[in-house]
Amino acid sequence: MSTVKNEREPLFSAKNIRLMTTPLNKENPITKQVLGICSALAVTVKVEPAIVMAISVMAVMAIGNLVISLLRNSIPNRIRIIVQLVVIAALVILVDQVLKAYSYDVSKQLSVFVGLIITNCIIMGRFEAFAMGNKPWPSFLDGLGNAAGYGWILIAVAVARELFGSGTIMGMTIIPEGFYKFGYVNNGLMILPPMALIVVAVIIWIQRARNKDMVEEN
Amino acid sequence: MEYLNIFVKSIFIDNMVFAYFLGMCSYLAVSKTVKTSVGLGLAVIFVLGITVPVDYLLNNYLLAPGALSWLGAEYADVDLSFLSFIMFIAVIASMVQLVEMIVEKFSPSLYASLGIFLPLIAVNCAILGGSLFMQQREYQNIGEATVFGLGSGVGWFLAIVAIAAIREKITYSNVPAPLRGLGITFIITGLMGIAFMTFMGIKL
Amino acid sequence: MNKNSNTYIFIYASLMVVVVAVVLTMANLTLKPLQQKNVKNEKMTEILSSIGIEANAENAQELFDKYITEEIVINSKGDVVGVYKNGQQESGTERAFDINLKVELRKQNKTQDGHFPLFIADNEGMRVYIVPVFGKGLWAPVWGNLAFKEDFNTVFGANFGHESETPGLGAEISEPKKEGKIVFSDQYDGKQIFDADGNFQSIICVKGGVANQSKVAPEHGVDAISGGTLTSNGVTDMINDCLINYVEYIKKNK
Repeated sequence: MSTVKNEREPLFSAKNIRLMTTPLNKENPITKQVLGICSALAVTVKVEPAIVMAISVMAVMAIGNLVISLLRNSIPNRIRIIVQLVVIAALVILVDQVLKAYSYDVSKQLSVFVGLIITNCIIMGRFEAFAMGNKPWPSFLDGLGNAAGYGWILIAVAVARELFGSGTIMGMTIIPEGFYKFGYVNNGLMILPPMALIVVAVIIWIQRARNKDMVEEN
Repeated sequence: MEYLNIFVKSIFIDNMVFAYFLGMCSYLAVSKTVKTSVGLGLAVIFVLGITVPVDYLLNNYLLAPGALSWLGAEYADVDLSFLSFIMFIAVIASMVQLVEMIVEKFSPSLYASLGIFLPLIAVNCAILGGSLFMQQREYQNIGEATVFGLGSGVGWFLAIVAIAAIREKITYSNVPAPLRGLGITFIITGLMGIAFMTFMGIKL
Repeated sequence: MNKNSNTYIFIYASLMVVVVAVVLTMANLTLKPLQQKNVKNEKMTEILSSIGIEANAENAQELFDKYITEEIVINSKGDVVGVYKNGQQESGTERAFDINLKVELRKQNKTQDGHFPLFIADNEGMRVYIVPVFGKGLWAPVWGNLAFKEDFNTVFGANFGHESETPGLGAEISEPKKEGKIVFSDQYDGKQIFDADGNFQSIICVKGGVANQSKVAPEHGVDAISGGTLTSNGVTDMINDCLINYVEYIKKNK
């Protein structure tokens, strides 16, 4: 198997580390590759479901990448997409079952969005673009890195929305009582779905203002 | 009346894009010109209109708790609902394939305009989302499920055509450099979402 | 073997299906007990919350056993078909807690032989009747529990739940109780389901507020959610359709 060959290269070689770190910023799946926004933003009203969602995606993606990479030489080309979908769907069902068993409240809040991880374009995208052509260990790291890049945006958006929308983080009150006495009010708009998009846009703005080479023509 | 109610609600109030961000990947990627977005939008209406009722039948006669009771009393307690994700996605992928083949065979002109979008649709979250919402909301009969599927498709169609039209115009505007492309599209979508929220008060 | 031959693809696909099916079924079987326990705990928490007792996943079972003294199953003719008391089935075969209200309501609609659960709680010496209700809201199901005082007429407390993804739309019905704020379910406290002559009136959500109209008597009406008319109608129908099945039982046991 290819894993044996792999040991000659150090596990955390510079190349492998890079696989994990570029998706965090320059090749971020959400802000640069525009993938995986679908299932993500609706779960960012509160921090807790966002974290659970990020972890779920990470599990599905890292394990999925690993499995696809191990199978890559045996998958018949013609049914490639179906095989990939089945692997993702099976992993997502596992995640859903585990959530229902160990974290019932959060699983209720995420409702259909756990299932929608299946059609999260990042996962399919990484299977096609990376795992189909690379060895298991780098594929695993690539999965982790991309999921982390996806996750931090998700959590950042959730922190902003929960802090300004409800004045709390993880359910704990952050904005001091005194603020409210001086007329501070929670911005109810932040809780509504459209604000998630605008918060992401602000993140993109900051990121691109710092990395001039990421700016698009139009 | 109930049908009309579901139809209007799924277009405006529970809009796939503005309320749930579903199908955002293709929404952002294929919304540069109105013409292509019309093609993709039509394909989504088409596929949602087919897969939601098919998944409805699947859910009610195979997967839901007690759904197998038509096989006999001893099957009444079988609960296969944990398989629903994988079944739904399989139905969607095969339906998309089937639709593609049928369209190619019988209407080459339609295929020429829709064809390239059909494979994209298998991984469009709006399609799977449609089936999952259908399952969660427990529609009474297949008619309601179909109307919901079509309505969600129309809602998605409206959203992508509208954003494409705006993006065509925005090429002439002087957007701050870091916001160009993706950033401004997000902001516009957000603003459109706020506009769509005014439909929330609709009472039927 | 040729990777693109039909035989290979066929074998590959079949193998994959078998492996995936085995893995998923194993996972489902191992995790099922935990999942069912979660669902059960939630149901207990909801029932308890209608009599004002806050429970969580850890102490739901314990509090439920402490407060709910008797579980009765009745039919719409008012006959008792099952009694569960002190952890044992005393008569009949059904336990109220295990009844799937949705299925029974459908049965009742079709053939009039639905069986309905009734919980009897002991709240500091007072006998409280708890009736679970289930119905259709705007989109998705709504449900709740209504607790009645000893006369089985005056509402002691209520709580509602709903399943919906649209934030803010109709969500007010399940707003949790809060100190110093009157939420939707608080309005039910003290309302009555029978009028002075003993006729069943149910409790109706009134659009525009109970105080501003004269059709519904104040003791049988609550203010509908503004902007949530369909959800409110759903709640009205739910309460009426469910409680009507208990009327005979209540009359018999007065």
